[in-house]
Amino acid sequence: MTTERILNAVVVAGLVLFPIWAWMADEPFMITLATKAAILALAGVGLNLALGIGGLVSFGHAAFFGIGGYAMGILASHAQAYDPIFTQPFVFEGSKSMPVIWLTAILASGLAALGIGALSLRTSGVYFIMITLAFGQMLYFFSISWPAYGGEDGLSIYVRNSFPGLNTLDPIQFYGIVLGVLCAVLFLLARLAKSPFGLALGAARQTPLRVETVGISPYRLQLVAFTLSGMITGLAGALFADLNRFVSPVMFSWQTSGEIMVFVIIGGVARLFGPVVGAILFIILEHLLGGLSDYWHIYLGALLLLIVLFARGGVIGTLTGREAAHD
Amino acid sequence: MSLLRLENVTASYGASQALFGVSLEVAEGEVLALMGRNGMGKSTTVKTICKLLPATAGTIHFADHDLAGVPAHRAARMGIGLVPEGRRCFTNLTVLENLTAAARAGEWDLAKVATLFPRLEERKSQSAASLSGGEQQMLAIGRALMTNPRLLILDEATEGLAPIVRQEIWASIAMLKAQTGMAILLVDKSLRELRQVADRAVVLERGETVWRGAMTDVTTQYLGV
Repeated sequence: MTTERILNAVVVAGLVLFPIWAWMADEPFMITLATKAAILALAGVGLNLALGIGGLVSFGHAAFFGIGGYAMGILASHAQAYDPIFTQPFVFEGSKSMPVIWLTAILASGLAALGIGALSLRTSGVYFIMITLAFGQMLYFFSISWPAYGGEDGLSIYVRNSFPGLNTLDPIQFYGIVLGVLCAVLFLLARLAKSPFGLALGAARQTPLRVETVGISPYRLQLVAFTLSGMITGLAGALFADLNRFVSPVMFSWQTSGEIMVFVIIGGVARLFGPVVGAILFIILEHLLGGLSDYWHIYLGALLLLIVLFARGGVIGTLTGREAAHD
Repeated sequence: MSLLRLENVTASYGASQALFGVSLEVAEGEVLALMGRNGMGKSTTVKTICKLLPATAGTIHFADHDLAGVPAHRAARMGIGLVPEGRRCFTNLTVLENLTAAARAGEWDLAKVATLFPRLEERKSQSAASLSGGEQQMLAIGRALMTNPRLLILDEATEGLAPIVRQEIWASIAMLKAQTGMAILLVDKSLRELRQVADRAVVLERGETVWRGAMTDVTTQYLGV
């Protein structure tokens, strides 16, 4: 077993044991913090597929996070108000079922990622960064000016959506759902990274032209990766909205895109558990330093600076003594 | 019947014209040597065939398909396998990952590549960047074979390698010819070795085809020695 695998196992053990301790110690707030960390980790895991394996520096992943959030908000708000979303060709009153909401969030964010990726991937480098940022901001301003779903004030949902056989209002049970989703996505991503698709994607990150000579279109490869990446981040958005029972345009903002990227960089770009470690650290810093100062982001900035300057493999790279997995 | 046919192909790098009329044919199962001094357009011809550089005039036909407008990845899928000049493996992947990333269904698989290059089997978990020059070349050939090509193009496959490794590479090319009947386009300057494996030769001078004929006639008819 490699050092990195041991570290990954420790992280998984921590994700399982910490909330159990919090539950036994009757600390529901700690479980909520762990839930938030796991959801943000999932958003980072999505970005890591595009950024880490594919080398696509997307600065607009908040677009998919927000779409996932609003998919939940729209479906649940109509369902709780018994107000149909549409009546033709059949009456659809929304849904309070998590699996239905997840599927909708994945499909909606996947479609958006396909469209945004199809246009953005015609560019590269700084232009790719700027065009993805522009799409994210377009959706941000659209959500602000969409009064039907709360506009700038956002949209509150008064109940937590349901999951068959579980009481989702119980923090530990909701955490169990989130952790299950995160672990399932991490497992699938680990398999994907070692599949011919994942390997070719990694090769295309290094030299797109060379990949073409073995019969693979780098554009299609990257578009599929970008779409899958958007779907995962969209699913995280739906869970995040369910955790807070609230969606707002902030989910679409460039700051959110930046934060998701920070999780990936802090934990380790292209490391399977990089975004998980990054999100956990982010939540710990937010919780500990946020109590000391409103300007705790300064310390986060300093940490990011140190990692970029001295630990390019992120926390996982530093702890496992390996160089950056990324070029 | 010819598998690959180029007729009066011209190509340019920006404003600088590199090919002024290259014509050649490679038949099924044939080994063709593309010869010429440095800077005569051999590698540019290869890039044009593989659609990495667009032809500005002339026609390229592969397996009776006109390659005009065909992107590089589709040309490779049609059966043009390239071993690029300077080896150029995916250095961020291991040996096994390099081969797996390129794999397409067909006769050539990991086991068959390992039979041709047993050293790749020994090094399969090693990073491609850590291989020696000769091993990288074997990997580049193996990777091209994993795409199951109908035509294998080797651009300066033995350049810069130690004599003993060159011998290994030439032996594997001879084995490919003998055992698979695959069409091969060889770009190389090693006349002695080319004469052992190539059936015909095409000579380029200043981006133009100046001589075509049997490999055995190169020295007498073209070089005049």
